[in-house]
Amino acid sequence: MNTEVGISLRDAIPFIPELVIICTGLIAMMLDLVVRKKGPVAAFVVFGTLVAGYAMCKLNGFNEPQSAFLNMFILDGYAGFFKLIFFINLILTVCISYRYMIIEKSSYGEYYSLLTFATAGMMVMASATDLITLYLGLELMALSTYILAGLMRNDRRSNEAALKYFFLGAFSSAFLLYGISLTYGMTGTTNLNEISATIQNLNIAGNPILFLGLIFIMTAFAFKIALAPFHMWAPDVYEGAPTSVTAFMSVGPKAAGFAVLGRVLFEAFGSMQVQWTNILIPLALLTMAVGSIVALSQTNIKRMLAYSSVAHASYMLLGVIAGTPAGLVSTINYLLIYTFMNIGAFAIVILLRSEGFQGQDLDDYRGLAKSNPLAAALMLVFMFSLTGIPPTAGFIGKFYVFMELINADKTYLAVIAVAFSAISAFFYLRVVMYMYMKDSDEPRTISCSPSMNVALAVTALMVIVLGIYPEPVLNYVKTVVFG
Amino acid sequence: MIKYTLIPLLPLIAFVINILFGRNYIRDKAHWVAIPAIVGSLLLAISAFFDVAGGNVININVYDWIVSGDFNVSAGLMIDQLTAIMLLVVTICGTLIFIYSVGYMHGDEGYYRFFAYLCLFIFSMLVLVMGNNFLVMYFGWEAVGLCSYFLIGFWFNKKSAGDAGKKAFIVNRFGDFGFGLGVILIFLTFGTLDFVGVFGQAGSFAGQTINFLGWEVDLVTLICLLLFCGAVGKSAQLPLHVWLPDAMEGPTPVSALIHAATMVTAGVFMVARCNPLFIESPIAMNTVAIVGGVTAIFAATIALVQNDIKRVIAYSTVSQLGYMFLALGVGAFSAGVFHLYTHAFFKALLFLASGSVIHALHNEQDMRNMGGLKKYMPITYAVFIIGTLSITGIFPFAGFFSKDEILWRAFLAGDMGKFLWLLGTIAALLTSFYSWRLIFMTFHGDFRGTSEQEHHLHESPKVITVPLMILAVGAVAAGWVGIPPLFMEHGDKIGEFLAPVLGHPSGHGTHAQEWFVVGISSLVAVLGGIVAYVMYVKKTDIAGKIASAFKPVHALLYNKYYVDELYDTTLIQPVMKASDKVILGFIDKTIIEGIVNGIPNVIGVFSRKLRTIQTGVFGSYGLAMTVGALCIIGYLFFQR
Amino acid sequence: MVPLSWYIILSAVLFCIGVFGFLARRNMIVMFISIELMLNAVNISLVAFSHYLQQVTGQILVFFVITVAAAEAAIGLAILIAYYKNNPTVKADDASLMKG
Repeated sequence: MNTEVGISLRDAIPFIPELVIICTGLIAMMLDLVVRKKGPVAAFVVFGTLVAGYAMCKLNGFNEPQSAFLNMFILDGYAGFFKLIFFINLILTVCISYRYMIIEKSSYGEYYSLLTFATAGMMVMASATDLITLYLGLELMALSTYILAGLMRNDRRSNEAALKYFFLGAFSSAFLLYGISLTYGMTGTTNLNEISATIQNLNIAGNPILFLGLIFIMTAFAFKIALAPFHMWAPDVYEGAPTSVTAFMSVGPKAAGFAVLGRVLFEAFGSMQVQWTNILIPLALLTMAVGSIVALSQTNIKRMLAYSSVAHASYMLLGVIAGTPAGLVSTINYLLIYTFMNIGAFAIVILLRSEGFQGQDLDDYRGLAKSNPLAAALMLVFMFSLTGIPPTAGFIGKFYVFMELINADKTYLAVIAVAFSAISAFFYLRVVMYMYMKDSDEPRTISCSPSMNVALAVTALMVIVLGIYPEPVLNYVKTVVFG
Repeated sequence: MIKYTLIPLLPLIAFVINILFGRNYIRDKAHWVAIPAIVGSLLLAISAFFDVAGGNVININVYDWIVSGDFNVSAGLMIDQLTAIMLLVVTICGTLIFIYSVGYMHGDEGYYRFFAYLCLFIFSMLVLVMGNNFLVMYFGWEAVGLCSYFLIGFWFNKKSAGDAGKKAFIVNRFGDFGFGLGVILIFLTFGTLDFVGVFGQAGSFAGQTINFLGWEVDLVTLICLLLFCGAVGKSAQLPLHVWLPDAMEGPTPVSALIHAATMVTAGVFMVARCNPLFIESPIAMNTVAIVGGVTAIFAATIALVQNDIKRVIAYSTVSQLGYMFLALGVGAFSAGVFHLYTHAFFKALLFLASGSVIHALHNEQDMRNMGGLKKYMPITYAVFIIGTLSITGIFPFAGFFSKDEILWRAFLAGDMGKFLWLLGTIAALLTSFYSWRLIFMTFHGDFRGTSEQEHHLHESPKVITVPLMILAVGAVAAGWVGIPPLFMEHGDKIGEFLAPVLGHPSGHGTHAQEWFVVGISSLVAVLGGIVAYVMYVKKTDIAGKIASAFKPVHALLYNKYYVDELYDTTLIQPVMKASDKVILGFIDKTIIEGIVNGIPNVIGVFSRKLRTIQTGVFGSYGLAMTVGALCIIGYLFFQR
Repeated sequence: MVPLSWYIILSAVLFCIGVFGFLARRNMIVMFISIELMLNAVNISLVAFSHYLQQVTGQILVFFVITVAAAEAAIGLAILIAYYKNNPTVKADDASLMKG
């Protein structure tokens, strides 16, 4: 073996954002030992994330891709944009959770560290150009989120959520590893580009063992982004986990899953597109059906949003199924929009949680429009956006995904998706109906805090602005991701 | 020209500031944010008016909303002559009503909220009139509806206010559904939503038919009728007029601004805007004219016997809107818009003046408990008289010119035109009667309220009376821009101004005929006033006698032809019976829940079946994953 | 010399046993061990491929897998203990508070 390759310190430059995030997490952990209140810890994490974001923009990976660690890691526009989503996700989650974790009596300092570690894992996933880095990133993210899901140690639901998430997550990552090992065995490499080159050189696109490897890898990704029938962990875990963690999990790991899915499928297995499209189409249809139909009979709002996020994953997947770069852009665009509207919706759920009041049941939303008109109006905006009603951002997201499907001659999928999103309107608008058309005599307290207000203002503003004036962001995604 | 984007933007900014900081910081100073914004819009609107007066049309493409292949929708603003007039109406009335609201809403706990909603409404209305394509117009159209819904239910603790808001919302859904379909059909037909593109091609699609629900229908007619559905809902024409009188539950400035001067005229504006489409379809034009004419007389008869001061004016609004549609339907688009413009002044004046009365009487709205207010409220009385002279069409008040133009144009429009003219003239007689009846019942005779109220009677403060006086000037002089050639050569300035957009009305008559029309309408205006004077001042017992002599008729009118009850029995009750377990009443239980819960119940059967798969045991989840993976493997290997 | 296919078949069989164990057993500790079995099946195949291809990449991955598995075991058992404190049982079927 050639041992002359060395790793110099310069190699770590594209890795700086991850380093900043990891250091933020470590320092936050130590800070937690010094300070009594968790406010400074949370503030420090936000600060560290901003620094990481700044560092990433400074590195200018959007214009010229920079790889590191012997091509195992790359900072390009694609990874960069996903990292932006992770940063937004992290900051918004910290903003909505500070007050909430105190109410839940689970305000531990390591909560914030774990959020940053999970984010670091997602960032590594988005940048991974080698199955080894991909695996490491995925495990870093997964292990952190297992703990986060069970953070409310005295809550049985939270315990159970962590337990289920852990067992099924470990089960799925065993599948991933098996897939990796088969792929490695067939191609002799773990580097995505080299896999692609080998498949073409040896002309083994039809090799059944390689195929099996691809299926196992996709199974694991399908687990992360909660595609049916690999979605079944999602409702239980989303319901049991602390709501802020649910918000975090419903966006971050999903986006990271799409990041690796896009990269692995398009870069490594680009020559097997017909095969993986054939896998994804039934998965997407099944997911759509399960997500939108089962959500109808949910009365717990967190569980309803869990099924809704399952359904949304299928819409995002449609962009990948379109199989074109423009399709992938529409998926990424959808993810960005989804980040704002979903965290916004969970923020309202958190807003309703106060001492001695769970606020998770649909009935708890009765008459919200009268007692807290502003909160109800915001929830209305988020629900409209999740439904995809113009002029909210959700409409733009869906519109472009469907448009790309039509451009890729898969109109029938677009039609089915529109039908299912019409069904999904019922459970979103049911929340609106409970807020505006039903009365409640119970007095209600709302747990506002300055950081929560900021998060709500940002999410609502983005949902509306991206709905009314989407062009700049769309063009930005387009240029960033594909030059 | 980009500065004109500020016209809608300024109220939007004011809305954002008020809604965000109103509750904690601005509170009772909300008008300091709102009024500068609308005054800024007003100044820009005046500037825009002079720009387009030179004959050029301002078309600003602000940005592209959606670009995907052939599908391209932009957000753009256009100011042509029609828009310029609408801008002036909206901003002038808006400014005065904002100032009025400072006094009227003083001390209300939702003061900041009120101004925030008003600003949002003004923004939406401006977007509606300024859009350069159907989508922007539709956005404004829905947004004004939403604001109106918020503002009708502004005092949400009052149950009737909440119900009225819901009623307005739901009734408008019917109309807007048609409007939305119309917009979609326009896109499918013309391949664009731009006004310029659509109207440019209107001629080439005339006469084309499509198959609609099994019938061969004329394409343009179908589009126009669908669009007109929206106008019927928004402008409260038969049979969707039921929401407007109930909408008077909102604060009086809202009634004046939204439900008299601006929003309800959006339907008229829209039809006028789409005139190149409508003139291609005689059927649609006749429909517009007949609906307008019938509504004018229908609403006027109801107004004869109502006792709630605001409801009388509300029915009067419905009736006047009917006039406008009548004008549009006979092809006199500029006459319709002219009446829209004068109506905005005198109707806003009447509403605000009635608000002044209601304010002085501490929210008393029943005219039977008023009377003799003349000596307590001289300014309000004076402006009320001016408004009434204007609405009844007495020379040389504003209403005279616009109403006369409509009747004259109707008279010229063939046989059906004569019939419509007759309807309009009878409606004018009724208008005069109920308007004077309102004055006499409110301001003449003896005070019939409680002594407590009498003790507190006083003229309203300056912040209320000054806007009234300015509007009174408008109610007198606004019509002088449209003096018919009969009286003055080159007098019809507004018709000439609007001609590039709306064209010239066809039809010519002799001077003698025109004098006849003018004479008749002036005569009925005076006659109505005299009859009212006799009945409500001279011999006050006559009114009661007539009422008892024609008891069934009176009851019919008093109960508004039982339209609400008709809808209740023919539409609402059956629906309610169909869906079992009615508890809360029609809206909550039937319509909303029926849609929101009923349809899902069908899918819900599947849903409940499907959710049993989710057993909660995570081992079975692992099984599902494994089976899923195996199925994929099997499926793909089988396929090979 | 044992041919590559034997190792691969061994690994596949072990993996399947692991999957079966996870699906069939109801004791959470045993389920956890089944997952470890799956991971080790993967390790066998990785090492076999690595040896066959005369490459070190596969073995490097094995080291990572072992390390991550250790971390996973630590976290997994911690979660299990936290769960056990509130619900003194190790039967997987009992963890069905949330469903539907």
